[in-house]
Parts: sequence; C-alpha cells; structure tokens
Amino acid sequence: MKLTKLAALAVAATIAAGPVLAELVFPSLDYRTGPYAANGIPFADGYADYFALVNARDGGIGGVMTKVVACETGYNTEKGVECYESTKGMGALVYQPLSTGITYQLIPKATADGIPIHSMGYGRTSAANGKVFRNIFNYPANYWNGASIAVNHILDQEGGDIKGKTIALLYHNSAYGKEPIRTLEELSKKHGFKLSLLAVDHPGQEQKSQWLQIRREKPDYVLMWGWGVMNQVAIQEAANIRFPMDKFIGIWWSGSENDVLPAGDKANGYKALNMHNVGSDYPLYDDLKKYVYDAGNAAGAGDQSGTVLYNRGMYAAMLAVEAAKTAQKIHGVADITPAMMRDGMEALVIDEAKMTALGMPNFGPSFSVSCENHGGPGLGAVQQWDAAAKKWTLITDFGPSDMEVIGKLIAEDSAAFAAENNITPGCN
Amino acid sequence: MSANFYYGIEVFLNGMMAGVLYSLVALGFVLIFKASGIFNYAQGVMALFAALTLVGFQNGQIPFSNLINAVFGTNIHYFGWNMPAFLAIICTLVVMIIFAYLVEKYVLKHLVNQEPIILFMATIGLAYFMEGFGDLMWGADIKKLDVGLPQGGNIWLEENTAFLGGPDFYGFYLDNLDMWATVFAGLLVVSLVLFSQYTKTGRALRAVADDHQAALSVGISLRTIWVIVWSIAGFVALVAGIMWGSKSGVQFSLSLIALKALPVLMLGGFTSIPGAIVGGLIIGVGEKMFEFLIGVPFLGGATENWFAYMLALLFLVFRPQGLFGEKIIERV
Repeated sequence: MKLTKLAALAVAATIAAGPVLAELVFPSLDYRTGPYAANGIPFADGYADYFALVNARDGGIGGVMTKVVACETGYNTEKGVECYESTKGMGALVYQPLSTGITYQLIPKATADGIPIHSMGYGRTSAANGKVFRNIFNYPANYWNGASIAVNHILDQEGGDIKGKTIALLYHNSAYGKEPIRTLEELSKKHGFKLSLLAVDHPGQEQKSQWLQIRREKPDYVLMWGWGVMNQVAIQEAANIRFPMDKFIGIWWSGSENDVLPAGDKANGYKALNMHNVGSDYPLYDDLKKYVYDAGNAAGAGDQSGTVLYNRGMYAAMLAVEAAKTAQKIHGVADITPAMMRDGMEALVIDEAKMTALGMPNFGPSFSVSCENHGGPGLGAVQQWDAAAKKWTLITDFGPSDMEVIGKLIAEDSAAFAAENNITPGCN
Repeated sequence: MSANFYYGIEVFLNGMMAGVLYSLVALGFVLIFKASGIFNYAQGVMALFAALTLVGFQNGQIPFSNLINAVFGTNIHYFGWNMPAFLAIICTLVVMIIFAYLVEKYVLKHLVNQEPIILFMATIGLAYFMEGFGDLMWGADIKKLDVGLPQGGNIWLEENTAFLGGPDFYGFYLDNLDMWATVFAGLLVVSLVLFSQYTKTGRALRAVADDHQAALSVGISLRTIWVIVWSIAGFVALVAGIMWGSKSGVQFSLSLIALKALPVLMLGGFTSIPGAIVGGLIIGVGEKMFEFLIGVPFLGGATENWFAYMLALLFLVFRPQGLFGEKIIERV
C-alpha cells in the first residue's frame, strides 16, 4: 500500500515538474577552505556573482539560464581532479582549474573528454599554442608574458638600459614558481642584466635566508612569483630590511589586498602585475548592486566586491560568457555543448566597444583568440599599492611582452609536448 | 676579517632566532606528549585558533557573524570597539582554557587506556574540527596582528656594527620581533621548568607523565592534569601564534608551522622541554648555515627543509629518543 502511494507521488511530482529546462553548466573549482582560502574566496565570489547577474539581468545566455556548480578543492590537486570527474557529466562547458597543479592533471583528461579549460594567467604556459593544446586556453596572458612585462617595466624605469643591473627572482619552489625562469634567462641574455634566483620552500612562512641574501647582494630589483603566505611574509621581510618597495614587483598572483594589508604602511609602493583593471568604479558594479547584491544573491559573505581577486573571478566569468555567446552564434543553437564552447573560445574577440557595452570600459585589454594562439596578446599592466588609501592603482597601460623571445619558447615547449604525446600539430 | 665572515656570523645569529620560533611550536607538542603520551596533531591548528581568537577580540569582531548574517539576513560584523592587546590576550587565554576543558570532557575522557595511535587519530579529527570551527567563528580572511611588538631590522645594531667588515658589510641584521620571541621563549621555558619542579601541580604533572596508574593510585586526578596541560599547551600555542602571525598576518596557513616543529622534536626528544629549545636552536642554525655555505653556492638554494629533516633522520638513526628524550627500555 505504502509503495503504491509512493509510486503515485513520484508520478505526480514528475508531471508537476514538467520538462527539464536546459541550463548552461559552468563548474567552479573553488577553494573556500584551507591555507589558501583567503585568495580562493574572492575569485569564487566574483565568478559566481557575474553568472548570477547574467541570469537575473539578461535571463541567461541567449535565453538559456546558467548554472554554476561549485566544488571545493581546497587548492589540492587530488581534490581538484575529483571535482572534475564528479562534475564533467553534468554538461560542464568549461573548467577554470584555479591551480597550476590541477591544470597539469586536467590537460590530458579534458582533452580526451573534449571539454575546454581556461587557465587564465596560470597553468602550462605553452598551452598558448592551440595547434598542440586544442582544448586548453590561457588568454589574455601567461607567466612568460608576465616575466617579460616585469622586465619591460624595469626597462622603462631605467631609461631603456639595464645592462649590468641585477634582478633577483624570489620564487615559490614549485612548478608554478619555476615557470618564469626560462624566459628571464633568455631576457637576461638579451638585455645584459644579471639574474639571481632565490627559491622559497612551500609554504613560505620562513624566508630569513633569502632576505639576508638579498640584503647582502643588493639586487636592483626583486621579482616575486609567490602565492598565499609566501607573499605576505616576503613583503614584510622586504620592509624589515628596508628594500625599496617600488623596486619589488610581484606577478599577478602576488598582488591582491591580502598580500599587502598585513604589512600595513610598510607595504606602500609595492608593485604587482595585473591582466585586468582594479577597483569597482565601473557601470557593471551598478548592475551587480541592483540585480545581485540588493537581491540578496551575492556569493559568500558578500564582502569581497571590488577587490583584485574578485575582479579577476568576474573577468574570468565575463570571458566565459562571451565565449558561450560566440559559440551560440557560430553553431546557431542556444543550448551549446562543450565542443561548441571550445569553438566559441577559439573565435573569441574582445574589444573596447564590447567591454564598454558590458559596463567594463578599460577593464581589460582588447584581444582575439585563434587556433594558432590560445594565449591572446600577452598584454599586462603594473599596479601599485597605496597603503594610506588602502587601494591598488594601475600605473601603466596594458603593455606588450617580448613575443620574439616568448614565441620561440612556446614553440619549443609545445613541440616537445606534441612529440611526447603523439600529437600532430595543426588546425582543423 | 672579510665581510663574508661577518655575514656568516649574521646567518648564525638569525638561525638561532629562527630556531627559537620553531621551539615555540615544538614546546606545545612536548608538553602534551610528556603528560599524556599523545602526539597532538592539532598543535599547529591550536596556534592558528588562538591567534584568530586574539585578533577577533582585539578588533571587536562578532563571532560567527557570517553564519548569523546568512541565517537571519542581517549585516553585522563588528561590535564597534577595539580591545587593548593585553586584555585580548587574557580573554584568549580563557577561551583556550575552555577549549582544553571541552577537549578533555568530550574527547580524551572517552579514550583513556586506548592505544596511542587512537589518541593520535583523535587529534587529527580535532585539528580538522578546529580549523572549520575557527573559519566559521572568525572568517577566512587574512587579519593583521599587532600586539605592540616592534618589527623590522634593529637599526642601532646595524649602524654600530657596520664598521666591522669593510665597505661590503652593512652591519648585523637582526629582526626586533625575533629578539622579542627569544626573550618570550626564554621566559616561557624558565616558567615551565619552575612550575613543573617547584609547584604541587607541576609535581603531579610529572607523576602523571612518569606513570598514569601510579599517579592515579596516589589520588592525582588524571582528568584535571590533562585540562591543565592542554591549557598550558594552549598558552604556548597563543605565544607561537602571536610571533608567527605578526610576521605573516593571521591566516589559515599558520597551522602549517607544525611542519617546522617536527624535526625539532625528533632531534630534541618528545619529552624534554629544554630539548625543544636546544633542538630548535640546532635545527635553526644548522639549516641556515647549510643554506649559506652549501645550499646557495652549490645546490641552487631551498635546502632548509630538506636539511632539517635529514638532520632529524640522522639523529633518529643514532639516537632514536632524541638528544634529551627518555630512553625507552621494554623488558620482555
């Protein structure tokens, strides 16, 4: 009797629910817990809030609602792979692994599954070669661009001549931290500066040896490829030895509010690279307030709005949405598949007119993606911290990197990957 | 003497200071292991939790505000007052004592006479619980910790020693915070030794450490002793949390400082308070000097963690109980 009633209820519920509505699924490999949570939360909030805005304001993408499926990785590679495996069957359109380690693990898996990956400003740099890495995208800039943009900024500061100068690279002793070394070695040959390498072991809470070495050797500039606690400790130690902050330049993962606030006023003048603009003075934020924040739909605690990493999450979401729109246009369907999304990403064009229409004027560089170039133009800007005002300001335009050097390195590295994995490079 | 010679001395001195910071973490492990035979995996998280609570009190943060806001739709975060550092430290100590009582009541009491591995597993669970609880209570953002301790290189020392090694020597660099940490660690060790040698509770603590059954038979309350020991370990965790948190801000990676204490414990022994200090100094000086003399010139640097654990491994091979640990002799 009970079983009959249950069956009847199930049938009634199915009828009441009606046909299943299509949704565009965007997994979010978050890390809101663990040692790196303070950085993972703002990115995840920005990513989720942008999709919430697209749903509330535009009714989704091309009339199809979006769905962000969050999965907690704790910035742990194994958990990240688990997240991928558990969400890919939901119709996942694109993954943002948010970790170089997770990206490396997902490259072969996602390629086999036909799902695109967008590792924006991290991951495997040579994935910029779309003829080899067909499903992997790392626009608008990668680590090698970052290294070159930092050196270009130093060239600007030194009047175009850095021959005989010493540049130290303080790096996280991991695959991520070692990424810029090859580029910097090439650039040191080209420009005649001396490169000094200083590795910091994970997690980077103890850096006394490295900073004593910096104090002894007195490099002209220090570049930093750090993450998490390594950044805060490095900035504090730099202040302790009175290293000039305006000659200390971090990569974009060493340039959030979290990195500079613990050092207080001593962090004033510290510089970092960025691939997008800072702050919340954009028309888009008015829409976010109206459709997301005031509606009580802000992700997380709703307290990250306008921070560097929130903006980065939002920017990544915007690029995903624009790629989805491009895919819908190419294939003439609204309910796109991951393969169609890949096509959309490969045909993505971002220009200032589009950014202005989206309420994000001058928020990021203009660029286009192609089969040959999944890495975009490699443009980046330099931001500087104002400790009194507690805010970052872009002090340069989005400038170019040395593609003559980087292009060669990308070609070499991707060719080696293609040979190892029996991939025949080419565009379909 | 060449500038390099003086820089070697500078590295030695900074190694000692770093060693003291490692010892502060190791001390908490030793206290609990000595009194109860438990390797407390949660010691690093206790330092994090204590530091989070301290900053929370200082900033007048409302505990569980994110949870309250999510459930009731409110937007409250702060009480609107700032607490003086000293008062905040006292309040944090009270919280750590309450924590010790709860650990004893809800965890340890139920595990009396269990195998050490069971107790170790319980502390792993405790570590994860505390990390999540700390996140829920105070939030995951990075907090600036300032209890009034001076930070940065000691300029007086720098200027008055610069003449020693010629133009390439810039004077000895020592961080003011590290010097204060050394003073606090010294005071802490002296207090702990005096407490355990000359007070009734201290003697009871040592009796429990020597033999649980015998201590129980003369009327010593094992439960009370455990609460006292965990409270003292909570206090040591607070001191470690203040020192490390002042360097990096209070953030969840603070719990990883436990990794720096492990080689110290292997070297100094799990049951000796002076061993924790001497072990810390040997590890601190050893890793810094190795990096300076061999690591950077010949191996590309980043040898410190490797060296610390290699040194600890060597000690394990030749002296498994550590420098000051008790030799375990089991008769068949």
